Amino acid sequence: MIEVIDLCKSFGQLEVLRHVNMRVAEGEVVCIIGPSGSGKSTLLRCLNLLEQPTGGEVIIDGVSLMDKKTNINEVRQKVGMVFQLFNLFPHKTALENITMGPIKVKRMSKQAAEELGRTLLAKVGLSDKADVYPHQLSGGQQQRVAIARALAMQPKVMLFDEPTSALDPEMVGEVLAVMKDLAREGMTMVVVTHEMGFAREVGDRVIFLDEGRIVEEGKPHEIFSQPREERTRAFLSKIL
Amino acid sequence: METVIRTFPVLLVGAGITLGITLISVANGCVLGLIAGLARLSKRRFLSFLATCYVDFFRGTPLLVQILIVYFGIPYLLDALQKYLMAHYGIPRLFSSTDIPRFWAAVLACSLNSGAYIAEIFRAGVQSIERGQMEAARSLGMTHSQAMRYVILPQAFRRIIPPLGNEFIAMLKDTSLLSVIGFEELLRRGQLIVGETFAVFEIYITVAFLYLIMTLSFSRLVDYTERRLKTRDRSY
Ligand SMILES: Nc1ncnc2c1ncn2[C@@H]1O[C@H](COP(=O)(O)OP(=O)(O)O)[C@@H](O)[C@H]1O
Ligand SMILES: [Mg+2]
Repeated sequence: MIEVIDLCKSFGQLEVLRHVNMRVAEGEVVCIIGPSGSGKSTLLRCLNLLEQPTGGEVIIDGVSLMDKKTNINEVRQKVGMVFQLFNLFPHKTALENITMGPIKVKRMSKQAAEELGRTLLAKVGLSDKADVYPHQLSGGQQQRVAIARALAMQPKVMLFDEPTSALDPEMVGEVLAVMKDLAREGMTMVVVTHEMGFAREVGDRVIFLDEGRIVEEGKPHEIFSQPREERTRAFLSKIL
Repeated sequence: METVIRTFPVLLVGAGITLGITLISVANGCVLGLIAGLARLSKRRFLSFLATCYVDFFRGTPLLVQILIVYFGIPYLLDALQKYLMAHYGIPRLFSSTDIPRFWAAVLACSLNSGAYIAEIFRAGVQSIERGQMEAARSLGMTHSQAMRYVILPQAFRRIIPPLGNEFIAMLKDTSLLSVIGFEELLRRGQLIVGETFAVFEIYITVAFLYLIMTLSFSRLVDYTERRLKTRDRSY
């Protein structure tokens, strides 16, 4: 589903990603962990070209993102993204946030989009919040609307960039629950997270990124119980 | 005092003209400003360069000079051009007189000036929207212009209402400069009355008072609109 080959990304002199190789199979849930500044967000953002890679190749569902002929807007419809700070549209209600993509990008009728929107709101447990504006919602609720917004485009892959790290602790669970459901339904997911419980329980694979390189990857229990690399061990001892 | 009462209707019409020319200029300025503001933000270097030149020129030179250039300078230039074409290429004159009517000169100068200020207001408004909004919209597959139209501009418009109101008030006062080309707005009418009646103090104070009523009521209106938008949606 996702293939990353020799991906490099620099901001000026700063090399943020150094020759990253990674594959994500259909239906797989891959969790990316690593210290702050290690390039996790940048890696994720290269997967839908919010950042333009400086080298290498990214292939999503058989389509090369680096190919000049690729219509990036079409690829992005297949790749949903959930942001750390939700980034809901504050001038739109929860339902309008969800229906905007289908209506404007897929040219779906308003009625069909609203039906889809309500189904998705129910799925994330917010049926009663359709007509509420983002600022009237708690952080956890906002993030669930943001997940529904991304799902409304019926993506094949979902990218999550620390979806719970801006939330109060008591709201983390509700968001992770929605993500678990999604994983169970077979969604392909790449999740940058510090929630080791989630990675252990839901992740098929964990990737440890440090200084723009994949230092170690493997099954969650392998990485968490017997990390092979010293750097992984050091990182894990700090956060566990 | 009777002078004031007797001539008040004339001044009132002048105030109406001042208000009208301001409304027209700021409305044109909004269109010009939106175009120039977005052009300045454009990745196309040439477009953004052109817009920068426009904005810099009209913000960096006095409106008074701009009015004089439009009213006296442009007709002179056109006339010279026609003479040149006639003399060298035998092209007949297109206009018998190249004079611009005062009204159109006034509209042109004030609109161009207002457009430059409003371009900066739009630009600042768009730039004040968090980067995450554009990214969220693009990640749904929207094109850059769709994201601008449905996500960025609607939010930016609400934020620029106060500075746009200030621009309107500034322009309303600055239209008094149009008196130098004899355009009969409020101040010019006051000057003409003073010329006849010599009631210098009374007339000018009345003129000032009329400007004040217009600017104060308009700033109240802006405050009110702003408050209403805020209560409807507290996140702004
Ligand atoms: N747009 C940018 N311009 C310059 N430097 C950036 C930009 N985005 C990220 N960086 C830098 O790249 C490095 C990796 O950032 P990021 O991918 O956000 O790390 P992480 O998500 O792992 O914390 C950091 O040093 C950050 O300062
Ligand atoms: Mg990050």
